[in-house]
Amino acid sequence: MRRLALTAVLLLWGGTVLAIGVDPPLPDPAQEARAQALAREVRCLVCQNQSIADSSADLAGDLRRLIRAHVVAGDSDAAIRAFLVARYGDWVLLKPPFEPETLLLWLGPALLLGLGGVVLWRRQRRPGPPPAAPLTPDEQARLAALLDPDRP
Amino acid sequence: MTRTRFLFAALPLVIGLALTVLFYLQLGRDPAILPSALLGKPAPHLALPGLAAGQPGLSDADLRQGRPVLVNVFASWCGACIVEHPLLSELVKDPAVILYGLAWRDRPEATAAFLAEHGNPYRAVGSDPDNRAGIDWGVYGAPETYVIGGDGTILFKWVGALTPAVIADEILPRLKPGAAS
Amino acid sequence: MIAELGQFLLVLAFGVAVLQGTVPLVAAMRRHAGGMALAGSAAVLQFLLVAGAFACLVHAYVTSDFSVANVYHNSHSLKPMLYKITGVWGNHEGSLVLWALMLTLFGAAVALFGGALPASFRARALAVQGLIGSGFLAFMLFTSNPFARLDPAPLEGQGLNPLLQDPGLAFHPPFLYLGYVGVSIAFSFAVAALLEGRVEPSWARWVRPWTLAAWSSLTVGITGGSWWAYYELGWGGFWFWDPVENASLMPWLATTALLHSAIVVEKRDTLKSWTILLAILAFSLSLLGTFLVRSGVLTSVHAFANDPARGLFVLCFLAAVSGGALTLFAWRAPRLAPGGLFAPVSREAGLVLNNLLLATLTATVLLGTLYPLGLDAVTGDKISVGPPFFNATVLPLAGILVLALGIGPLLPWKRGDLAGVLARLKFVAVAAALALLVGLWLAGTGPLLSLIAFAAALFMAGGVLSELAQRARLGSLGPAAAWARLRALPRGAWGMTFAHLGLAVTIVGIAAATGFGEERLLQMKPGDRVSLAGYQLTLEGTSRVAGPNYVADRARFLVPGLPAMEPELRRYDAPPMETNEAAIANRPLGDLYVVVGAAAGGTVAVRAYWKPLALWIWGGGLMMALGGLISLSDRRLRIGAPLRRAALPPATVQS
Repeated sequence: MRRLALTAVLLLWGGTVLAIGVDPPLPDPAQEARAQALAREVRCLVCQNQSIADSSADLAGDLRRLIRAHVVAGDSDAAIRAFLVARYGDWVLLKPPFEPETLLLWLGPALLLGLGGVVLWRRQRRPGPPPAAPLTPDEQARLAALLDPDRP
Repeated sequence: MTRTRFLFAALPLVIGLALTVLFYLQLGRDPAILPSALLGKPAPHLALPGLAAGQPGLSDADLRQGRPVLVNVFASWCGACIVEHPLLSELVKDPAVILYGLAWRDRPEATAAFLAEHGNPYRAVGSDPDNRAGIDWGVYGAPETYVIGGDGTILFKWVGALTPAVIADEILPRLKPGAAS
Repeated sequence: MIAELGQFLLVLAFGVAVLQGTVPLVAAMRRHAGGMALAGSAAVLQFLLVAGAFACLVHAYVTSDFSVANVYHNSHSLKPMLYKITGVWGNHEGSLVLWALMLTLFGAAVALFGGALPASFRARALAVQGLIGSGFLAFMLFTSNPFARLDPAPLEGQGLNPLLQDPGLAFHPPFLYLGYVGVSIAFSFAVAALLEGRVEPSWARWVRPWTLAAWSSLTVGITGGSWWAYYELGWGGFWFWDPVENASLMPWLATTALLHSAIVVEKRDTLKSWTILLAILAFSLSLLGTFLVRSGVLTSVHAFANDPARGLFVLCFLAAVSGGALTLFAWRAPRLAPGGLFAPVSREAGLVLNNLLLATLTATVLLGTLYPLGLDAVTGDKISVGPPFFNATVLPLAGILVLALGIGPLLPWKRGDLAGVLARLKFVAVAAALALLVGLWLAGTGPLLSLIAFAAALFMAGGVLSELAQRARLGSLGPAAAWARLRALPRGAWGMTFAHLGLAVTIVGIAAATGFGEERLLQMKPGDRVSLAGYQLTLEGTSRVAGPNYVADRARFLVPGLPAMEPELRRYDAPPMETNEAAIANRPLGDLYVVVGAAAGGTVAVRAYWKPLALWIWGGGLMMALGGLISLSDRRLRIGAPLRRAALPPATVQS
């Protein structure tokens, strides 16, 4: 299986490509900047976890050219993304779209943070030994002086 | 209170078990193999020239003949294409199989030389040297093989070299729906 | 012969590990002193056996013994000696031997220096260590034998892969392994504590040096990996949120949380179940990383050759180790004596906030890494979760963490006074806010995120330095006395200050390089000039150069005041591969970074970057690791568990 997968990769794409893609830019800097920003969001399908902006694979080059052509033709970013998704699926976008299937992904971090906060809050409200009476400022100062050299 | 303590203590174990099941299910699948985004949709527009003047190319009409056809994406520079080539040659001996070729990112002369050397199983070959059609079809490597329904719908896509098992289990049943039922 | 000896030693080590993993557990239950003492001797013996096996493998590499399959596949007689040796761990089988070596080294160190630990605790911890070791050795012997022979022996090896002959690649993985494996000690200590049924403040003190050593190694490993990616992959990036990178980041985040929560256990005897859980999770995440990298379930730039059979073994191992520990946790943790409460504003509360944020960060990285996998299994949809997701989720969390970090260390234990601390930080806060405003005014519509990051880093560094000044009583005692107090501070305090400042340095580096970088992408002819960040780069010409196993298009750029820059595009034949060799000029204020594409028709495509303060990114990482080592040298840690030079000086990464 391993050999199979490996040969499949080698035969399909003629070898590992770890080089950047460098090709002629558009004459209009604003358009070029847009094309590059888009290219950074599009996954190179035949590489491993690279955007097409970072890859010298042939297919990545084709897609960069395609994006430039669409930018020159005046298409919006959303239209260009939709064009690519229609052909290659959501997989092609490095930023997953916000939709029902990715709800948990996008909201997950906030949910976890909130959940952790709630747990901590409840823990604090749990009946426990009453906290010790606060030290007077005088006592605090003495304590600080006593403990200071060892404090991490 | 103690109940929640037990629940919280068991939570990491539950999550860990769920992840283990997930990993077990995914083990051995190649994550690089992608399903086509076009499955069940009409095949994108095709109007490709042939390999040389006077030779038939590939057009929408070829894919809408009222019966299923195969489209094989290949190139002369592609090693896996040589591997699967004998299978294709064998496959087209079946009169029910109509096979078209899409020469992807390949100079027409190179493709022609490739076919002269290894034999030409294709009814017609459309030449796509600059990957115009390839991008429309969502092609991301060669070889890829599509089964197109009689109305031009994409029924199936296989990425990588065909194997006898894939042909028997996935391709032929779709080409000959009558025979399977 | 030597190879057979190596294999024999591994089999012996496996036997010893099984003994070490079972007998002391039973003995500890029955309070049998002899059985418990066995653990220590077994741990040392296991280390010696694995070290012998490792030496045998190194010997096979050094003598280019191609009858050993592993050497044949991964070495070549023409390789420089250095890379023959580093080649030992540059592959799946060999890296496992190195893992086992480090694992048993840690085990032996606990056995040798852990004399002050209670006998039953020590026996149980070493037994867990033995069980982990037996799992690794079984993995090696049954699925990935490094000493398998080839008959007939080939005359020459296949492993001249040029990409692997690189110092950065050769030396950062051992640090990562050392870190992953070092966390196993915290894991073993946690499981032993659960078996004992109690966690006391002393537990936190025992576990601290090992965790610090592991954390420092992980930090060096991640820093080195990032540096390697920067100069070798040629995209000018330093972090790609690739699954393999995430696999190393998750244990690092968890271990960072563990370091901080263990302080709370030590000082306040609370947060105990959570700390135990963190120790279990940190090691589980290390194993998870191994699984992800070697099973092929995720695509990655730096994955080893994938093999589902091995993946299955690692998965079973992961399930046994983590599942076992988490079951024990679910059973025992609720029975641990509950810890006390604490005031919402206090040092311990600050550390809890730190843990909440770090745990959320870890979970976020885990979620993003595994979500495509889960979605594929549930709905069959294929999606990608790339840098835009991680940047959008991780950065805000990290931002809160950095701000809290500026305040937290100033809070006293038990009961703090937030208003007082903020009053003490008001100059720092005002300075940071002013810096942000000035930055906004200067940069106009510039990179807002980077400016915020600068201000946050400034605030945090200010907080850290105020804390130091407060300890030294700089305000009330005058410079000379304060200096004396500073010198008398425990190393732990210095370590913390260093590590926290290192984080600020890294943040500044990342913010500068990503926000204020410049990039030029253009076609150049000889004689053309491009101006970048005040430097004038003139393309003198291009040439085709033949290397030992590649052909390169080399461009030569002249930059006034700097040595010529010569980026290359290399094409290798076997294996077929195209790589960019970036030309990088490190300047005090940043890096000039130039890459070229193929030369055609007299022109060449050029990508030139200006990466301001790029070196700060890794400099900060090394500072953090150094902070860990300084803390590790604190005298207080030598009681119970000694000082260990677990990690080499970080400088070797760049050598």
